[in-house]
Amino acid sequence: MKQMSVSHAIREGLHEEMSRDKNVIVMGEDMGKMGNPFGITLGFLDEFGPNRVIETPISESGFTGMAVGAAMRGVRPVVELMYVDFVSVAMDPVMNQAAKMRYMTGGQVTIPMVLRAPMGSGRRNAGQHSQCLETLFTHIPGLKVICPSTAADAKGLIKAAIRDDDPIIFLEHKLLYATKGDVPEEEYVIPIGKADVKREGKDVTIITWSRQVFFALDAAKELEKEGIDAEVLDLRTLVPLDWEAIKKSVSKTHNVVVVQEGVKRSGFAGEISAQIMEELFDELDSPVERVAALNIVPPFSPTLEDAFFPHTDDIVKAVKKVVNLI
Amino acid sequence: MDKKPYSKEMLLDIYENMLRIRKFEIRLTECFTKGMLAGNIHTSVGQEAIAVGACKALEKKDFITATHRGHGQCIAKGAKTDIMMAELFGKVTGYCKGRGGSMHVADVSLGILGANGIVGAGIPIATGSALTSKIRGTDEVTLAFFGDGASNQGTFHEAINMAAAWKLPIVYLCENNQYGVSVNIHSVTNTDSIAVRAKAYDIPGVIVDGNNPLEVYEAVKKAVQYAREGNGPSIVECKTYRMRGHYEGDPAAYRSKETTEEWRKKDPIDRFKEYLLNEAIDEKELIAIDEAMDREIEAAYEFAKSSPYPDASEVTMYVYASDNERSVAR
Repeated sequence: MKQMSVSHAIREGLHEEMSRDKNVIVMGEDMGKMGNPFGITLGFLDEFGPNRVIETPISESGFTGMAVGAAMRGVRPVVELMYVDFVSVAMDPVMNQAAKMRYMTGGQVTIPMVLRAPMGSGRRNAGQHSQCLETLFTHIPGLKVICPSTAADAKGLIKAAIRDDDPIIFLEHKLLYATKGDVPEEEYVIPIGKADVKREGKDVTIITWSRQVFFALDAAKELEKEGIDAEVLDLRTLVPLDWEAIKKSVSKTHNVVVVQEGVKRSGFAGEISAQIMEELFDELDSPVERVAALNIVPPFSPTLEDAFFPHTDDIVKAVKKVVNLI
Repeated sequence: MDKKPYSKEMLLDIYENMLRIRKFEIRLTECFTKGMLAGNIHTSVGQEAIAVGACKALEKKDFITATHRGHGQCIAKGAKTDIMMAELFGKVTGYCKGRGGSMHVADVSLGILGANGIVGAGIPIATGSALTSKIRGTDEVTLAFFGDGASNQGTFHEAINMAAAWKLPIVYLCENNQYGVSVNIHSVTNTDSIAVRAKAYDIPGVIVDGNNPLEVYEAVKKAVQYAREGNGPSIVECKTYRMRGHYEGDPAAYRSKETTEEWRKKDPIDRFKEYLLNEAIDEKELIAIDEAMDREIEAAYEFAKSSPYPDASEVTMYVYASDNERSVAR
């Protein structure tokens, strides 16, 4: 094992795949000399050249659409949006082109494209640079959605995403980029659609993904002091969903809290909650609880932003509610 | 029309393809009226010279993106009328196995990267295809068909700007039929032409008579050669007129009958036939082509009508390339 940050792990995964397959290219803003604002592609331009490191103008709709066209020709573009919030100006190529092309052509065409984008709150970037928008993408059939938490997961999953033939939305939490973790020395790929139990427990299952995994692990430590043994299930992939892992955990703990960092209304936590209610109702000892951000615009001021999205305390409180301690 | 050294074979091929498109679409309008076709049908009646002239200037290895008014563009690039008709009838024998319909015909093996239901969406897709040729060092040219309406989408500017900056091998072909559904281009655009915008990107831009297939052919041929030689993109604007409504069922009451009648006199097929007769081509040959096209479209119609619908049990097929069932299940 070696220690590395999430951003370094993604960089290494991208680098390995670009070295392995010359069809893999990266496209996006500031990908060249700057190596993107988070240093993910630093040095790539010198190593792979301008034909494979495409530094674009600020034209998200144009270059995302171009990636779809290139993918139809067999290129494997890894497109970067500087922030996931900017998908608002690139939504047609994602939603109406990449996601639908295979179905609408009767399976003739595949779109082996990855759209990488940082997301998440806590960096005091205000409303247009702080959202968690995974729900936008899980709602669109044709897309696969990956939201890794640890460095090891980020590396293994970016490699799997690049090798997959479907359009993939790969959401990186910008507050995790500097978080270090153990990463295997040898080459590895993590299969898409496999959840991971980040902490085993018997009293309650906390289902979550991305940065909230770490809040959930902190919450589990707090709860342990009060004799509550929480399991933390990191979904890692939202589409396809690892239902077997959810079923297994819920059937063991019989209590569920679903945590998402994005706003609560119409969120993916609600989707998971509904599926558990429909199919695992008899396993439940208490109603499924959701922990999510307020249904408001992400605020700028630290006091306001911290009140906006879920933290450890919110998860602790929700768990106590489902296990009838409050 | 200028005298050019065209082979008789080429001239007759252009005539045949324009007739093929016209008869295909007229048959569609009849089927639509009889209630045999679901969805929307956007015909290109009156605009056939553009698709045929442009595709004549392309090679088999070249690529196109087509528009929502793209039947003619796909046929001109080699799509078969029977398989297309079947797709429009929603049959499993169609190009997209009934999953796409009129606005989504594609056959990548023919270089057709798909028609598109979103106005302007094909422009960046075509540009991505051109980028592919550039980064692979291969010499295919991609041609993006789009209408005057699409020229006011942001994708038009974004994609052409990048293609010009990186000298991508692409031709932007504007079918200016003057109307975006009901809105006349001049009421929403300050410039007299679309091609004039080429100046903004410092690329060639030309305007041609879109009802003359040879004029379209010459302009596109030049633009294709320019692109293939590594000089980058061009805009070719073809002025034309949509003879029918935006889609079947639209009476096009927003246009004057006089203008439509003026354009009817400039019908590209009638004019080209007259030109061929002046070129001393025997009318009997033209009649034979006409009859052959009637037979082909009749056969296409019979094929489409008699083909089976896709089985409802296969509704979830083709969403994902891998892990499809699990990915659509929840």
